[in-house]
Amino acid sequence: MSGLTFQDTVFALKKYWSDRGCIIQEPYDVEVGAGTMAPETFLRVLGPQPYRVAYVQPSRRPADGRYGENPNRLYKHQQLQVILKPSPPDVIDQYLGSLKAIGIDLSKHDIKFEEDNWEAPTLGAWGIGWQVMLDGLEITQFTYFQQCGGFDLDLVPAELTYGLERIVAFLQNVDSVYDIQWTPTVRYDKVRTREEYQFSKYNFELADVAMLWQLFDLHEKECQRLLKLPDMVLPAYDQVLKCSHLFNLLDARGAISVTERVGVMARVRKLAIGVATARMGEDAA
Amino acid sequence: MSLPFLLEIGTEEIPDWMIVPALNNLQDMFQGLLDQHALGGKVTSTAATPRRLVLRAQGLLERQEDTEELVLGPPKSVGAGAAAGFAKKMGTTPDQLKTETTAKGEYFAFTKRTQGQETAAILASELPNLILKIQWPKTMYWNGKGSERFIRPVRWLVALLGNAVVPFEISGVQSGDMTAGHRLLGKPSILVAIDDFDQQLKANGVILSADERRAKIETEIAGLLAGKGLRVKLDPDLLHTLVYITEFPTAILGGFDSQYLELPPEVLTTVMRHHQKYFSVVDANGKLAPHFIAVMNTNADADGLVRHGNERVLRARFNDARFFWQQDQKKRLALRTEDLKNITFHAKLGSYWDKIVRMSQILTEELGSDRAASKANTLCKCDLTTDMVKEFTDLQGIVGGLYAKAQGEAEEVSTAIYEHYKPVSMEDSIPSTHAGRLLSLADKIDTLRESFRVGMIPTGSKDPFALRRAAQGVVRIIVEGKLPFPIETADEQLREFMRDRVEYYFRDVRGFSYDEVRACMATGWSDLIDLETRMKRVQAVRSTPDLEPIAASFKRIKNILKQAQFTDSTFQANLLEPGPELDLYEEIRRTNGQPLESRIGPLRPKVDLFFDKVLVNAPDPNIRRNRLALLQSLLTEFSDVADFSEIVTER
Repeated sequence: MSGLTFQDTVFALKKYWSDRGCIIQEPYDVEVGAGTMAPETFLRVLGPQPYRVAYVQPSRRPADGRYGENPNRLYKHQQLQVILKPSPPDVIDQYLGSLKAIGIDLSKHDIKFEEDNWEAPTLGAWGIGWQVMLDGLEITQFTYFQQCGGFDLDLVPAELTYGLERIVAFLQNVDSVYDIQWTPTVRYDKVRTREEYQFSKYNFELADVAMLWQLFDLHEKECQRLLKLPDMVLPAYDQVLKCSHLFNLLDARGAISVTERVGVMARVRKLAIGVATARMGEDAA
Repeated sequence: MSLPFLLEIGTEEIPDWMIVPALNNLQDMFQGLLDQHALGGKVTSTAATPRRLVLRAQGLLERQEDTEELVLGPPKSVGAGAAAGFAKKMGTTPDQLKTETTAKGEYFAFTKRTQGQETAAILASELPNLILKIQWPKTMYWNGKGSERFIRPVRWLVALLGNAVVPFEISGVQSGDMTAGHRLLGKPSILVAIDDFDQQLKANGVILSADERRAKIETEIAGLLAGKGLRVKLDPDLLHTLVYITEFPTAILGGFDSQYLELPPEVLTTVMRHHQKYFSVVDANGKLAPHFIAVMNTNADADGLVRHGNERVLRARFNDARFFWQQDQKKRLALRTEDLKNITFHAKLGSYWDKIVRMSQILTEELGSDRAASKANTLCKCDLTTDMVKEFTDLQGIVGGLYAKAQGEAEEVSTAIYEHYKPVSMEDSIPSTHAGRLLSLADKIDTLRESFRVGMIPTGSKDPFALRRAAQGVVRIIVEGKLPFPIETADEQLREFMRDRVEYYFRDVRGFSYDEVRACMATGWSDLIDLETRMKRVQAVRSTPDLEPIAASFKRIKNILKQAQFTDSTFQANLLEPGPELDLYEEIRRTNGQPLESRIGPLRPKVDLFFDKVLVNAPDPNIRRNRLALLQSLLTEFSDVADFSEIVTER
């Protein structure tokens, strides 16, 4: 095997960013579609307090599931998420340094920053940035956050999102993510294939649509209730994440018609904006 | 002494497509600054890479010329008090004032001398604003709320006037004489002077000139393919992109397993072009070869790692495409029509199902559809439900055509589907078959009518649904496909919109002159084939010496008729006076029925003579009316070709 193992790559990145002043957080324990949605990003980027954090976030995207059969597509993949708030002037150099830290000799590779502005309409969030291409492979999403929850940000954070499976497959020179060595002796396949299969089956075929809608309504109501109470920002945000994941499930299940889609997204967005507003209110108080 | 000037705005990577317009904008604004402040000098060049915008100017003055201006003060008669006040205002003493005699009497006056300012000082105060005013499609801030906005963070600034730094600051970055090299090939901090700037950059892995980068890519591609019987598929847009996403481009040749050539070349090329920014390679027969050209932003791939990495990515992409192809075949296009009910065309305009129902109506009721076009219509949007098109949206239509063919639809049908988005640009050809043209027309006509119906009408530069392109497509298909369909519509706004497109097409695309287009369209433009024929005829007679005089006479006739508020066109030949009037009438009769080309010559002298000798406004109202009627008939006879009074003449 060439290249670091999956877990050594994670260790190396965490160490690298820890050395640069980041808190190393653990993954958030509510389902999210991307590391951005974890409260360590969504809520921390709001307001005037500087913050630096790095964490691995398993990201669930029900519609991307392929029953464990596609070499590059996963229902759940791991992102390593870094937030540097505010972004330091040498942020790109620091980022390139992190690639060296996981064994990429940049003098032997081609690296390009290609325009890719990120937007998450359901979070009222967007930013300006690039997809970072290494020898033609997109390995990182690099974003300067501009707005979150509909608010212009006081400090502009740099968000680095590493697609871990892709990067490690590249480092180990394997064509399928399932062939990645998680440890020197255990392959990714062994760790995750069953999970990919079962969740693909559930998400696409078995999830109870009526129940999902019910849950969506319940979590929405709970969020609305919490937003009326003081000091309930974090619990309310969990409800947003639940709604967002339920939306993704319903979508994968083919249960949301095109006309409904916009409306449901607007409901999630309204909750997210409500949470961001409450969070900003805490700062002001 | 005159000085050279150099400005470099160092940034993080700017999107390639924004760079050239920004450079032009910078150049214009900087030249404007030099002119406005009378600093002398001309911008001599601009250049850019993704990380820097550079401007050079020559011949700047060290400082502005001093100026003198005579300022008139109060009248001398008001006395010493006022004089002292004036002197104070001028920053001088009363004994320095002069007397100036004007028509109104004697006045105190003062010659005010203004010392020219240092150029460096003016530049230092103006440059920050100028730089921040460069126009970008979308800007960002990076130093916190309310801070400066630019396309990407500004990281360094070089500003040199002669040997000296022009000092200023933008969002915390001080200008200086230090630049940065290529991220990997150069030093991060390099002392530069105006004379060695380009060389220093080159020594640090940055080719500043876009032309040089372009030439390097082209030469290397030629070198990579020489002697292999292969050539690159030219793609100027891709080349432009690659020139502006690299500071030091180097081309490499990669390959892929020839088993993927089973996939349609359109799919392979799209994957390479749009997803990976690779050039496709073709063999001597123009067939896609299992190779690609990638352009790196570095100087070498000594160990072949970059090639290997790119090949690996491409393999995964091709595998995806093959997977999509196989998946999609499991459900024939014909079985996907119902699924179109779930795909929104536009929130206000319903689903694609609704769209093809409307298109079908247009096809049968207005375009005299044939069997192939109608069949193609039921299938043409079905590819929107396929995985392939969901992944490669640029391939809509094309994928539908390919699938239809693979599923055994008639050639006529699959080709019509394949081509029904054509023409996608001014340069693109119209669909090659009759059925394809009908289908494309129905699609575009529907989009136009429906968009206008619900008020989605392009304004200025805003045209989110590309309705101008759709309208241009309609015009081109009708004219170039020689189809006999009326283009005018009931909707007043759409009518005007289409009229603009027709005018634009004949004028800017076909090169007819503005007034010829106006003249011919004034006669009618519903039938574009007829319009084109008339336009060609008018263009042909335009060059004959008689046309402009005739056109001038027509203009005169039109004015006379208008002034006379002429309505009663009863004409009596017996009221004609012998001489120029009768001559004109007989000439009109003699040439009646002949084409205008042969009538203009003989008619012109008769018309001229008529206006020379005959008084249209005759005292006898009957004669006057009769003469007006004669002129009216002349005007009418020609107006089935064009309204010649629209032709611009010199007289």
